[in-house]
Amino acid sequence: MQPYKNKDYAQHLLDRLREEAVRPLSAMEVCGTHTVAIARSGLRDLLPKNIRLISGPGCPVCVTDDLDLDIVIALARQPEIIMATFGDMMRVPGTQSSLLEAKSRGADVRVVYSPTDAVALAAEHPDKQVVFLAVGFETTIPTIAVAVEQAVQQGLQNFSIFSLHKLVPPVMEALLTDPEVKLDAFINPGHVCTILGTEPFRFIAEQYGKPCVVTGFEAIDIMEALLMILNQYNQGRPAVEIQYKRAVRPEGNPVARAFINKYFTPVNALWRGIGEVPGSGLVLRDEFAQLDAQKRFPITVTPGKRVKNCSCGQVLKGLKLPYECALFGKACTPMKPVGPCMVSTEGSCAAYYRYGAQKVGGTV
Amino acid sequence: MSKTQQDQVILLGHGSGGTLTNQLIRTVFQDALHNPILDEMLDAAILDLGQGRVAFTTDSFVVDPIFFPGGDIGKLAVCGTVNDLAVSGAVPLYLSSAFIIEEGFPLADLQRIVNSMQAAASTAGVRVVTGDTKVVGRGAADKIFINTAGIGVVPSGRDLSPRRIQPGDLVLVSGTLGDHGLTILAQREGLAFTTPVISDCTPLNRITSAVMEAGGEAVRCMRDPTRGGLATTLNELATQGEQGILVQETLIPLRREVVGACEMLGLDPLYLANEGKVIVIVAPEAADKVLEAMRNLPEGQGAVAVGRVTGSDRRLVLLETELGATRIMAMLEGEPLPRIC
Repeated sequence: MQPYKNKDYAQHLLDRLREEAVRPLSAMEVCGTHTVAIARSGLRDLLPKNIRLISGPGCPVCVTDDLDLDIVIALARQPEIIMATFGDMMRVPGTQSSLLEAKSRGADVRVVYSPTDAVALAAEHPDKQVVFLAVGFETTIPTIAVAVEQAVQQGLQNFSIFSLHKLVPPVMEALLTDPEVKLDAFINPGHVCTILGTEPFRFIAEQYGKPCVVTGFEAIDIMEALLMILNQYNQGRPAVEIQYKRAVRPEGNPVARAFINKYFTPVNALWRGIGEVPGSGLVLRDEFAQLDAQKRFPITVTPGKRVKNCSCGQVLKGLKLPYECALFGKACTPMKPVGPCMVSTEGSCAAYYRYGAQKVGGTV
Repeated sequence: MSKTQQDQVILLGHGSGGTLTNQLIRTVFQDALHNPILDEMLDAAILDLGQGRVAFTTDSFVVDPIFFPGGDIGKLAVCGTVNDLAVSGAVPLYLSSAFIIEEGFPLADLQRIVNSMQAAASTAGVRVVTGDTKVVGRGAADKIFINTAGIGVVPSGRDLSPRRIQPGDLVLVSGTLGDHGLTILAQREGLAFTTPVISDCTPLNRITSAVMEAGGEAVRCMRDPTRGGLATTLNELATQGEQGILVQETLIPLRREVVGACEMLGLDPLYLANEGKVIVIVAPEAADKVLEAMRNLPEGQGAVAVGRVTGSDRRLVLLETELGATRIMAMLEGEPLPRIC
């Protein structure tokens, strides 16, 4: 067992990082759980000054588009609907309101902890239509596929999903092709890679020449990964490597991927702050259209106005740090979030706000 | 509980003030909670408080689920109010107890809750001396809500205001944190994991009086870190005491199961509620003696110092992390919601 929280080992890694960080490096942690781990441990303060960590589009809740949410909220308000959702979607603002507000005005919105709980909810309420708000990256999608399979097997007529899934490799490619974005390397999401393995990220090393390291979620993991990234960076041999070997195999989890493919097919998707990214969403295949809430309950809403001056787009692209946004900590706080990055506990802005990174602005 | 109670439920008539109400008061409330003052059954309890200043507090309890490992809404309603008095330096004496019950609530459950209130009151050495019962229609309340108010006496000369906090004081906690909050979350409908952790719900007046006896004047201030947890309570103390506080992450007592479950749910145990823990701010010279007094009691076995008051004028609570970095430990914002992945 490695000493994941050993202070001496951490010091050793920091010393090694200082030796290896001979030129500036901007590395993006793609996953929000990394963002939280970095903030919670205070790692950013300890790293050599020429290593800059940029929080990427790390959380599927954060990147849920406000216009998509307007439709979800309008649907939740329908009297026959029970909207089942993960807890952290509750406060995510649409252009006008949130599911939490809709609930306080009488919409039947239930927090569930697992997609299969939503299936059970449908079985318990045959007189209602249960819609599960399906949000998640590759890590969560297999569990949603399981829920869909259960509903199919049980022949439930009153269960459907509103699919706002997001896929990680396409958005990483979108970031790399944006000329504004300047990134030298990626700290790859450990959880997502337990499903995907390393293959879907190979193009980043091969076509774009950027080091990628699949990383675990302790601060020590992240330091080890940065050392691996610096080795690649200094030696000019970009590759996809795995630091998080205790959980991730190079081939990922083919069974889970097959399960995803059985039920879902890629589509273009809207990412809050980033825009439309080709092939970055997943919807149910045509043969399961009866379980697709968007098809089953077509709802049109007048497009709302997006919030002005919110810098989430630039934060997600790593062009701005959270406290560089005019709204940060003033008009936008975890209690009253404007943008997606403040909404989730994993959001870059919420992590910065909670763990005080705004106070060390100059050193980040 | 009599056999006939088994399947009975609360009816709107039980709150009407008529025969059914009387019956309920006699067979359930008075039977369990009886004491000379309550037994008078007057419109108001008449109390002789003797010397000292009076501490007076109230709290409402709407916990869901109403029964949970380590306690229930009745025990919580007694402990919550007793503890607010205890950490204020008062000796808790008398409680009131008002029930708002949803029509159809099982009588047997009410009996269980009232018995549990009596057990907690007896442990704490307080009496429930007055009460009220209202019944509302189905859907107008969620099963049962309880309000308790409490009166205690503060010995003369005792002042536990946070303004007394000084740079150099130590921050003590009486044991592991987050147990109650995690227990409640784990019990909520649909959470697909079980945990061996149980609520720490317990009266704190024995440990607070032991703290006062051991520390005397050196005890600056006490708080029970309920909703919002350690982080929120320390922030309140820092603001009210106009001091900074520095906490060592490695010293904070946390059960492994609580840490594990929090990692899974995306929660921070420092923000989870406690119902049987006390934070004591004490002058450094008295800290060892106070810690020893706390550790001599079962509810204070795990007592440790976790941090100290700093001279910083920023009124910030800072956490020195396991890696040796320092970060801000902010107040809780909104309800903690589990995250998805």
